Amino acid sequence: MTAVDDLIRDAGAYYCIECGKCTTVCPIANANPEFAPRLIVVKAMAGIANVALEPDIWRCMTCETCSEMCPYNVLYSEFIRGLRAEAVSTGIVPVCSQHDLMQTMMRIMATPGIEQNRLGWVTPDLKIADKGEVFYFTGCLPQMSTIFRDQEDVNLLGIAQSAVKIFNRAGITPVVSNQEVCCGHDLNWTGDEVNFEKLMRINLDLIKKSGAAKVVFTCAECLRTFEIDYQDIAGDLDYELLHISEFVDDLVAEGKITFDGVEEKVTYHDPCRLGRHLGIYDAPRNVIGAIEGMDLIEMERTREKSACCGVSAWLTCDSIAKEMQLARMMEAVGTGGDKLITSCPKCQIHLRCAISEEMPIEREKADIPIEDFTILVANSIKAGA
Amino acid sequence: MEPKIVAFCCKWCSSAGADLAGTSRMKYPPNIRIIRVMCSGRIEPSYILRALELGADGVIVTGCHLGDCHYIAGNEQAKKRVEMTTELLETMGIDPRRLRLEWISASEGARFASVMTDFVEEIKELGPSPLGGVS
Repeated sequence: MTAVDDLIRDAGAYYCIECGKCTTVCPIANANPEFAPRLIVVKAMAGIANVALEPDIWRCMTCETCSEMCPYNVLYSEFIRGLRAEAVSTGIVPVCSQHDLMQTMMRIMATPGIEQNRLGWVTPDLKIADKGEVFYFTGCLPQMSTIFRDQEDVNLLGIAQSAVKIFNRAGITPVVSNQEVCCGHDLNWTGDEVNFEKLMRINLDLIKKSGAAKVVFTCAECLRTFEIDYQDIAGDLDYELLHISEFVDDLVAEGKITFDGVEEKVTYHDPCRLGRHLGIYDAPRNVIGAIEGMDLIEMERTREKSACCGVSAWLTCDSIAKEMQLARMMEAVGTGGDKLITSCPKCQIHLRCAISEEMPIEREKADIPIEDFTILVANSIKAGA
Repeated sequence: MEPKIVAFCCKWCSSAGADLAGTSRMKYPPNIRIIRVMCSGRIEPSYILRALELGADGVIVTGCHLGDCHYIAGNEQAKKRVEMTTELLETMGIDPRRLRLEWISASEGARFASVMTDFVEEIKELGPSPLGGVS
């Protein structure tokens, strides 16, 4: 048995009936006829050379649109992730945007004993604690906010601040830690399992020490990494993992927070990690629906069929990604909404990138303000409630 | 242990300055490893982080004086990028003094020697990088 054989078995690729639905729905295959998810599976099963050396495995966005369609539930993105780890073990170096800046940063974070200064965003009005019931996992927001500081209006630190504001309004003082490190999502999806595990150990130790019973995330990727990848390696975690939308949804149901009314029409972009990977579609919609006067207009491609923001793990930024981002922005403009809401900081960065420079189309057709879900919620909470 | 320092020097000014320092027999500590690049604007934040990750104790980026860039505004890009990287290093808990940006022209051999001497001394005071010996 080779490593690729193991992967084929673990991903259930033996069940592939070669129906080709994956290739039909694949957003990359639609733009680039040379790329076909089915072909990669078929090649792997036919044992053609070492399929881990195919450049195509780096082109997949792991958005799981294919898995949604697959009648035999082949875990395609899992298969690709494994192939990438295999490729890296044979000495292949993935080519990432920003020249590997994010991955280098993550590998540095995996070095033990570095005292970070990541809490610069905690303003005096925000109450946080070292120990407590609820742990708020900020993820890479402080670092990303520096890296993308040239992007106009991208308010990544505002996401973290809004999250703490929401907790405080509900009478909760969340644990926010300076020792927290990146969840390692991007390393995991670019084949660096060694450093991914190092990051995981640091985070799991930290959360255990905080005594938290609930860990809340504002980043869809962090949540996916904890929920699926960490539990895969470290076994079941004995605390609850929640996205901020689920957490707020519960608070609203318990009547712990209420919203001010606003007259606004918004549309919601489902991030792949939150939607297809974790199946969280309703919580954010419930919360938006609970805001009086806020009208949610769905885009044509929504929920399971949501479009991808075009880039994952900083691997696939190219002309196809740009086209996909523009198409998504045009779809959002087409709803006639005032704002596009998303709950993944990276979707926001990527979609914003497409409209931040010169566009091949008229600006009005794709330009719509983008706001993070957490910020929207924090701004809509009724004062004093 | 002697510190290891990576110096990125632009081809048109700073590395010519380094040559002048050399041909004029000016002395500066041997801790500097010079990497010549076409322009300081070529230095990406990731190169700086990567150098630190691989065990450099300090990184110095040098280029033409502002307004003198051979490619008009490459050094202005370098300035922006180094400023961003400095902020990033601070968040990540790596002393931002380990990264420095200096403008050294082709005629400033003496300045090249004195800047490098000064930087090496500063890094010696800071001690070894917390990332030393990372794989």
